[in-house]
Amino acid sequence: MNPYVPILILMAIGAVLALGGVAASAVIGPKRYNRAKLDSYECGIEPTPHAVGGGRLPIKYYLVAMTFIVFDIEVVFLYPWAVDFTTLATFGLVSMLVFLALITVPFVYEWRRGGFDWV
Amino acid sequence: MFEAPEIDWLALAPLIVVLGAGVVGVLVEAFVPARARRMTQIVLTLAALAGGFAFIAVLWPQIVVQPVQVVGGSVTLTPFALGAQGIIAVLAFLGVLVVADRTATGQDAFAPTASAVPGTSYEDLARRSGLEQTEIYPLLLFAAGGMMLFASTDDLIVMFIALEVLSLPLYVLCATARRRRLLSQEAAAKYFLLGAFASALFIFGVALIYGFAGSVRFFGDPSRPGVGVLPAIQSGAAQGEGMSVLLVAGVLLVVVGLLFKVGAVPFHAWTPDVYTGAPTPITGFMAACTKVAAVAALVQVLYRVAIGVQTVDPEIMRQLQMVIVVVAVLTMAVGTIVGSVQTDVKRLLAYSSIAHAGFLLVGVAGFNSQVQASTLFYLLAYGIATIGAFGVVTLVRERRVTPGSGEHNGPVGDDGVVLGEATEIAQWAGLGRKAPWLTAAFALFLLSMAGIPLTAGFIAKFGAFTGAASGGLWWLAVLGVLASVVAVAFYLRLLVVMVFQRAQDDPAEPLVKLAETTPGAAPGEAEVSTSGDVSTGATAGAGATATLTTVQVTTAQRIEVTVVRSRGPAAVAIAVCAVATVILGVFPSPVLALVEQASKFVP
Repeated sequence: MNPYVPILILMAIGAVLALGGVAASAVIGPKRYNRAKLDSYECGIEPTPHAVGGGRLPIKYYLVAMTFIVFDIEVVFLYPWAVDFTTLATFGLVSMLVFLALITVPFVYEWRRGGFDWV
Repeated sequence: MFEAPEIDWLALAPLIVVLGAGVVGVLVEAFVPARARRMTQIVLTLAALAGGFAFIAVLWPQIVVQPVQVVGGSVTLTPFALGAQGIIAVLAFLGVLVVADRTATGQDAFAPTASAVPGTSYEDLARRSGLEQTEIYPLLLFAAGGMMLFASTDDLIVMFIALEVLSLPLYVLCATARRRRLLSQEAAAKYFLLGAFASALFIFGVALIYGFAGSVRFFGDPSRPGVGVLPAIQSGAAQGEGMSVLLVAGVLLVVVGLLFKVGAVPFHAWTPDVYTGAPTPITGFMAACTKVAAVAALVQVLYRVAIGVQTVDPEIMRQLQMVIVVVAVLTMAVGTIVGSVQTDVKRLLAYSSIAHAGFLLVGVAGFNSQVQASTLFYLLAYGIATIGAFGVVTLVRERRVTPGSGEHNGPVGDDGVVLGEATEIAQWAGLGRKAPWLTAAFALFLLSMAGIPLTAGFIAKFGAFTGAASGGLWWLAVLGVLASVVAVAFYLRLLVVMVFQRAQDDPAEPLVKLAETTPGAAPGEAEVSTSGDVSTGATAGAGATATLTTVQVTTAQRIEVTVVRSRGPAAVAIAVCAVATVILGVFPSPVLALVEQASKFVP
């Protein structure tokens, strides 16, 4: 058997599940619409229409998201490095320290510019 | 077993200086007090670009003799790549000078807080308290560093990373215009979405090429012979069943991603909107530097593929050349024809930049070795004229005056309220009388872009068209010349308006523009909505009034066109650009000799 056949089968199952889920809920799901259900589900913010003149956004959301990304990227690279720590030896350690130093820079920027002063 | 790679730090020095200074710039934002921040950033940015250029100059003699592959080709410094890096550093330096200028109004071109929602009280508060967004300088450095890396790598994954490093700061910078905030943010959103799309195509192409060759490097790692895209092509892998499809599709997708950044038709749609919406100094920076980086990367990818396929499979080579020829013809046609009906200066320059992408591709399509030198020269000439031209645009402003108060008789900038840039071509009427030197410089840039002899543009175009002709595409060269003639017409049209037409706001014949008074309009800020596209551009022939539909002025007030004084940096940049344009046109041999040395891109 061609080794790619299982992948194709997996893709087919994925497609059936995705489309089938939407189709089934459209056909057999109860339809009781109200205002809240018609709202857009977008991080708690109305994406459209554009908030002109006084529309306020909870800016903290973006700060949390961006802080998360800083540490997220850090961890993504730390794990594989930790696995191969002995092989990569000093070169790997120095590279990682440089990387950590660089990724601390946006964190320091956020801290100094009041990204964590929420009150 | 893992072996720590030998790293040639000197070869990386230009990149490290520029990108490192960007990181230091972020720390400056964090620790330097607000009042000293701007000056620190400007000095740091200019010093970094100058330092990067100094390292390039130091490296030059060495690289010309012996190109260097750092870390197995992640950074491949050939004379061509180093030449492109040098041009980017020079143009970025000039671009930053324009960015740094506050003009006589005391305001730079950037929003006090770019993150504020347009029209909110928060934005108003930030403006009144005189906040400044000095983060633009580190962003500029990151973009410039990304461009330098983009132009000097053999590794498609590194090229992709460089593409993102140069693009992401530009997306942000586009959204920071002080005036016309919504237009600016719209431009950034468009640029981001289309740019992300192009990046996706690029990385998909890289994946296909990897599928073909088992490597993302063209020449491959010297320590691992036989691994790489070129060895794979030459070993006859393309003859394998379905393999040539992988190669062709991969290369095409990568080329599409690059053509998007070049701004070539049919991937040009973002260019006019983004160039118009972005703050003008940023437009100059990205129009010049991005084009250099993207064209340099495109030339390297195409020519490296060509080295492989022209001996093994001439049919693929012929098709590849045909793709570039078709894109070049389309780009020249759209750039010149659509450009000639524009009514907005920034938009006109955007279409001019598209047309120039076409002229560059004409040379590239020749696929012969002398093209590399002429392409570098073209990029330098075009970049200088572009930064200079957009620098001039930043100084031509609208000013609100109240008739009868005698305000408009005072010195420029001291009376009335200077608003945003006057970008309608009709508003530029009579500029020759108001600011003869500035007009002369602008005329020089236009003539250079048009390719008039004794300017840099002539030598550049001559090189590009000769490249196509000697590659056997003489008919393409003829088409290029014809397109140049059309382009001359639209540059001259702008020139005629500036020099020979009388200003609309000439005191002898005041032109009063009436508009509704909008209560609550923020003082000193005018929201001009130019929905301008090709279609509206054509109908806006009625002149300035056509697009000034929502200017918030009281009926008693009048919009004049004025030229604000530069506080130095922009004037220096414009002067340097003007002088360089003339020198490169009259006495090009030293620079031509330099770029001649650079026509080598095989490590």
